[in-house]
Amino acid sequence: MSSHQISVTINGEEHTREVEARLLLVHFIREELDLTGTHIGCDTTSCGACTVLLNGVPAKSCTVFAVAADGAEVTTVEGLGNGGLHPVQQGFTEKHGLQCGFCTPGMMMTSKALLEENPDPSEEEIRWGISGNLCRCTGYVNIVRAVQRASELMKENSDG
Amino acid sequence: MAECRGLGHSVQRKEDARFIRGQGRYIDDIKLPGMLYLDIARSPYAHAKITKIHEDTAMAVDGVAAVITGKTLEGFKLAWMPTLMSDQQMVLPVDTVKYQAQEVAAIVATSRYAAADGAAALEVDYDPLPVVVDPHEALKPGATKVRDDKESNHIFHWEHGDADGTEAALAGCDTVVEQKMHLPRIHVASIETCGCVASWNPVEGHLTLYLTTQAPHAIRTVVALVTAHLGLAEHKIRVISPDIGGGFGGKVPVYPGYVLATAASVVTGKPVKWIEDRSENLQADSFARDYHITARLGSKDGKVTALKLDTVADHGYSDAAANPSKFPAGLYHIATGSYDLENAHVSVDGVYTNKPPGGIAYRCSFRVTEAVHAIERMVDLLARENGEDPADFRLRNFIKPEQFPYQSALGWEYDSGDYGAALEKAMDMIGYQDLRAEQAEKRARGELMGIGISSFTEIVGAGPSKTFDILGIKMFDSAEIRIHPTGKAIARFGTKSQGQGHETTYAQIIAEELGIPPEDIQVEEGDTDTAPYGLGTYASRSTPTAGAAASIASRKIREKGRKIAAHLLEADEADLVWEQGKFYVKGSPDRAKTIQDIAFAAYTNHPQGLEAGLEAISYYDPPNLTFPFGSYICCVDIDRGTGQVKIRRFVAVDDCGVRINPMIVDGQIHGGLTMGIAPALLEEISYDADGNITGGNLMEYLVPTAMETPHWELGETVTPSPHHPIGAKGVGESATVGAPPAVVNAVVDALWHLGVRHMEIPMTPARVWDVLNEHGAAATR
Amino acid sequence: MIPPSFDYHAPDNLEEASRLLLANPEAKLLAGGHSLIPMMRFRLAEPAALVDLRKIPGLSGIREEGGSLCIGAMTRESELEKSDLVQSRYPLLADTTRVIADPVVRNLATVGGNVAHADPGNDHPAAMLAYRASFVACGPSGERTIAASDFFTGPFSTCLEAGEILTEIRIPASGAGSGGAYQKFERKVGDYAVAAVAVQLQLDGGQVAGAGVALTNVGLTAIQAGAAEAALVGSDGGDAALDAAAEAAAAAADPGDDHRGSADYKRAVVRVLTHRAAASALARAREAS
Ligand SMILES: Cc1cc2nc3c(=O)[nH]c(=O)nc-3n(C[C@H](O)[C@H](O)[C@H](O)COP(=O)(O)OP(=O)(O)OC[C@H]3O[C@@H](n4cnc5c(N)ncnc54)[C@H](O)[C@@H]3O)c2cc1C
Ligand code: FES
Ligand code: FES
Repeated sequence: MSSHQISVTINGEEHTREVEARLLLVHFIREELDLTGTHIGCDTTSCGACTVLLNGVPAKSCTVFAVAADGAEVTTVEGLGNGGLHPVQQGFTEKHGLQCGFCTPGMMMTSKALLEENPDPSEEEIRWGISGNLCRCTGYVNIVRAVQRASELMKENSDG
Repeated sequence: MAECRGLGHSVQRKEDARFIRGQGRYIDDIKLPGMLYLDIARSPYAHAKITKIHEDTAMAVDGVAAVITGKTLEGFKLAWMPTLMSDQQMVLPVDTVKYQAQEVAAIVATSRYAAADGAAALEVDYDPLPVVVDPHEALKPGATKVRDDKESNHIFHWEHGDADGTEAALAGCDTVVEQKMHLPRIHVASIETCGCVASWNPVEGHLTLYLTTQAPHAIRTVVALVTAHLGLAEHKIRVISPDIGGGFGGKVPVYPGYVLATAASVVTGKPVKWIEDRSENLQADSFARDYHITARLGSKDGKVTALKLDTVADHGYSDAAANPSKFPAGLYHIATGSYDLENAHVSVDGVYTNKPPGGIAYRCSFRVTEAVHAIERMVDLLARENGEDPADFRLRNFIKPEQFPYQSALGWEYDSGDYGAALEKAMDMIGYQDLRAEQAEKRARGELMGIGISSFTEIVGAGPSKTFDILGIKMFDSAEIRIHPTGKAIARFGTKSQGQGHETTYAQIIAEELGIPPEDIQVEEGDTDTAPYGLGTYASRSTPTAGAAASIASRKIREKGRKIAAHLLEADEADLVWEQGKFYVKGSPDRAKTIQDIAFAAYTNHPQGLEAGLEAISYYDPPNLTFPFGSYICCVDIDRGTGQVKIRRFVAVDDCGVRINPMIVDGQIHGGLTMGIAPALLEEISYDADGNITGGNLMEYLVPTAMETPHWELGETVTPSPHHPIGAKGVGESATVGAPPAVVNAVVDALWHLGVRHMEIPMTPARVWDVLNEHGAAATR
Repeated sequence: MIPPSFDYHAPDNLEEASRLLLANPEAKLLAGGHSLIPMMRFRLAEPAALVDLRKIPGLSGIREEGGSLCIGAMTRESELEKSDLVQSRYPLLADTTRVIADPVVRNLATVGGNVAHADPGNDHPAAMLAYRASFVACGPSGERTIAASDFFTGPFSTCLEAGEILTEIRIPASGAGSGGAYQKFERKVGDYAVAAVAVQLQLDGGQVAGAGVALTNVGLTAIQAGAAEAALVGSDGGDAALDAAAEAAAAAADPGDDHRGSADYKRAVVRVLTHRAAASALARAREAS
C-alpha cells in the first residue's frame, strides 16, 4: 500500500521514481526503465534469468523489492559492455554459449562476477558458480567454454 | 572475393549480436501504448462443477477493467476451440472444470499487478466431482466420465503393422522378452514461458497478434478459421512471432490465454498482454509423453524378428497433441528402430483423464522418443536373454549399410545409414572393453557401475505432403530470397527459430549455393505479413524442409543469373560454368561475372525479354523424411547408500548427414542430451489420486543445472541424406530421443547381477534405493 | 506471480524496528527476502507490513569473541562462504553454507533469516543444534540469549516473541580436537534436502568427548538426535560407534512420505549420511588435534 520515492543507479545512471512497496526490482528495471535485457523465467527464484549485479554481486532481481534497492548500484546486461563488448559477451558468442538467448543475460552477469572473484576458474568451479542459473538450450558445455574463453580474454586485456 | 563460408563452417551466429547485449525482443519486451494486462484465475480442483463465479469480487479491485468468463465467450461462440487433433478444448469453462489449474476466468486490468490482484480476489464456488487420474482406470466400465460430449474416456484406437503376422512370428521365436514401461508426463519448460500481445484495431478490423509460437502461419490460419463467424478474415490477421526463448514443442499449440487476450483486446479496443507465470506454464500448458507401453520383442537364433507394442496414451481431458493429422500417435511406428526385423505391430489407445490436455513433443519429433525408448530397452533385454553383450547383439542385428534405402516392417523408407560405424566409434571413444573390465572389478568389490547403449534412429523433417498435414495444411516449408542490386540479400522463411540459429545456418546454405557471404544475407522469419507460408519449426524439420527450400530457391536464382551472366559476357548460356560465387566462360576463367555483378545487372542492365530483378521462392515438399541416427554410451556409478545415479561419462556419436554449421550442430546435441538425461533422472509431473499436481513449479520440477549435467563427449559420422539437396538431416532432437534409454540401460546394467531387469523413469534416488533395498543391496554407510 | 500490497518500513535502529512490529501484529521482518518473497508471490504469506532490517547497523559480520564465533543475523550466506575464519575453523558451518540454495541466492539470503524462518528444510537449524549454538534476540524487554535447542518450536515457528528480532548467532569457538561436517542429500542443486545430517565432534585424547548430531527435513523441525550423540560420546570413533550413531539418528528421524521419497527411504538416507558426516567430522577433528 505504501509508496516510496527511490533512487537507483543503473548502469551508472541514477533513476528516481515513485514506486509501490511491492514492486519487484525486475519489474522496476524492465517496465519502469524499459531495460528489457533482464528476463523473467520463473516465480520460485529458481532460474536466474533475472540475475543482475546488485552492488556488485549477482542477485535474482525477481526476489528483491525495488524499495529495498533504494540507493543501490545495479548493473544489467545493458551495462555490461560499456559501449564495446565485455570479454564475457565475447566469450559467449565465440564459444556458442547461447542459443535462444533467454538465460544469457543472467548467465553472463553471474559469469562476470564469478570471473572477478576467481579469474582462472576450473570447469568444476564454473559449473558450481553458474548452478543458480538454468539454461534449457545449451547443455552448459559451451557456457563453461565461454566462461573459460572470457577468462583468457580478461587476462589478455590486463596483460596488454 | 570474401571467403563465403557456406557448408561445414562454424560461422559465429548472427543472432548473438542482439542477444548478448540484451537487445533480443521477446514477447514480454513488447509494450504498446494503452496496453492492458490479462491474468488468469485457475481451478483448484481437478474436476468440479462451477456453481458461481463472483465477478464482482475481482471487479472491486483497483485497476480491473473486465472479467471474462466462459459465459462471456459462449456469447461469441468462443468458449471452445479446436485442437490440432480435431478434438476440442475449452478456452474457458461454461460450467465444469476438468483439471487442476484449468483456466476459469480472465481478469483484464491496467497493470500486471492489478490483474494479478483481480485473479487472486476472484471468488468462485465449486462443487467437486469424482476424479479419474489413471488412464487404465479411466478405461474400465463405470469409470468417471471425463468428457460430457463423448461416449466414454476412450479417444481413439490406432494401430499399424501386421498384428497376426507379428503374433505368429513371436510364437516362432526361441527367445521373447516382455516389459511394461511408463514414460511419464514431462514438460519442455523452455526458460521463457508462453505469452502474447493481442492488438485489435477496430477501425481497420485488423488484428496483430504477437505470439510465442513456433508456427506463426498455421496459427494465423487457425485463428482465421476459429473467428470467421465473427467477421475476422485471414488477410486482416498478422501473427508476429518475436524472438523466442526456447520452444521444444511447447510453443506449437494454441493456448486458451492467446484466445483470451485476443477476445479481451476486441472487447476493450486496447492491446492486451498475457504472459504466463512459470507455475501456470508447468501446470496447464501441453505436456509431453505419458505413454504406458507393453512391449514384446523376440529373436530366433540370435536374430531379432518381431516387435509388438501395445500402448495406453494418457491425453488428459482433451487430445491436444500436435501430430500430423493422419498420425494420432505421431511417428511412433518408427519403433523398429535401427534393427532389421521383419514383423512388427504397434497399437495405441488414447484416453481421457482429469489432467491438462496435450501429448505434444518434448524436443522430439512426434512420439519418436517413446518409440526409441521402447526398442532400445527391449533390444538390451533381448541381448542379455540371448546371453550376448548388448553391443555385439546390436552390431549383429543392425540394418546393414547396403540395405539402404531400407523398407521397415512398419512402412518407412529409411534414407541412409551406417549404424555399425556409429556404434563402433562410440565404443572406441569411451573405451568400451576397458569399462567392462573395470565394471567386473568393481562388482567384485560390491560397487555398482553400469554401461548403457542406445543406438537410435530418428525420423524427422515432415512432409512429404502426400502423407503429412496439420489440420489439412500440407507440411511443406518455404524460402523466399531476394538479391538486392548491390549483391546483398534478404531471405525469408516459413519456419521460426527458437534458438537453433536459423539466421546463421540458412544464410550459410544460401552462401554455399550462391557464393554470397553469410553476413551479406539478412534472414527473417516469424512475421506472417512478410514471410512466405510455412508450417513452422518443430520436429527437427527446419533444415530438411526450409533449409532445402533455401537451396532450391538459390538454385533458381542461379539459373536466372546464368542468363544474365551470358548476356553480360556475350557468351552462350551453355558455355558458362558455375563456380561458387561466379559464372565463367568454359576454358577462360578470366571471363567471369560474380554473383554481385549479376545482381547489379539484374536491376541495371538485364537482357531484353527477361524480367528484371533477382529473386526466387521455393515451397519445398520433401520426397521423404530424413533419418538421422547415432549411438550413445553412458557410464554410471550408483551410490548404494542414497540410490543416487551419477553419470560419469556420456559419449554421443551422431550422424545427421552433412553438417551446415558444426558449432551449431554440436550445440544442438549438447542441449538435446541434457533434455535427454533430464527425464531419465529428474523430471516428472505427477498427480495424486485427487488430481493434484506435484512438480508444478521450478522448485519441484527438476530442470538440470550445470552441476547435474555431465561433460558431454561428442563424435560424428557423416552419411548424407540422398534426397536432401545438400545431404543434410535434422539434428535438433536426436539427442533428446536417443539419450534416455542409454541412461536406463546403464542403470539396469549396473543392477543386472542383482536380478534387476527394468527401471522406470525418472530414476530418482528414492526409486533406485527402493530397488536396491528390495534386492538386499542398499548400503548403510 | 505478484506479491500482495503491504506497507514498507526500513528503520535504522532495532528499537524502532521492534516498535513497528509490536504496533502491527500483521507485520513481518524482511531480511534477505529469499524465503519470504517467494511465499508472498504465491500469496502464502500476506503480511500487512514489512520491516526491512537492511538499514540497521551492526547486524552483519563474522568475528570470534568471548569464546564464540559471532555471526550477525543479517550476514549473507556468501559472506560465510568467503570468510577464511569460517572456512578454516568451522567446517560444519562451511559445509552447510555451501549446500544452501544456489550461489546467486546465497548472495542475498541471510543466516539469521535461515534460522528464524525455521523451515524444516532450512539447513542452518540442524547445524546450529549440532554446534550447541545460541541466538541473541532483541525485543521490547531488552536482549536475551536463547539456546538453539529451545529456539525451534514447530514448522516455521520459533520461540521469538512479538517484537523480538534475532540479532546474532553464537557458536562455541572452535578449539583443538574439534571438527564437524554437514552431509546433505538433495535431488539437484538449489533443492531443499531429502535429508541432511550435521555432526560436530570434540575429541579428547583419541576419544570422542562431545558430540552434536542433528537432522534436517525429516521432521516438523530440525531434530537433535540425542541418542546418536550418546552413541558417539566416549567412543573411539570406530565403525561400530558410527554405525550405532547412524542407527540412532535414523530412529530419531520422523519423516513423512512425499515426492522426495518414502519415510523408509529418508530414514535410510539419514543413516547413511550420519555415518558419512561422522566419519568426515572425525577426520577433521583429528586433523585439528
Ligand atoms: C531457490 C531457493 C532455494 C533455496 N534452497 C535452500 C536450501 O537448500 N536450504 C536452505 O536452508 N534454504 C534454502 N533457501 C532459503 C534461503 O536460504 C532463505 O533465504 C532463507 O531461508 C531465509 O533467509 P532470508 O534472509 O532470505 O530471510 P527472509 O526471507 O527475509 O525472511 C524469512 C523469515 O524469517 C524472518 N526473519 C528474517 N530475519 C529475521 C530476524 N533477524 N529476526 C527474526 N525474524 C527474522 C522473516 O520475518 C521471515 O518470516 C532457498 C531459497 C530459494 C529462493
Ligand atoms: S525469474 Fe527465475 S530466478 Fe528470477
Ligand atoms: S540459451 Fe536458451 S535457455 Fe539458455
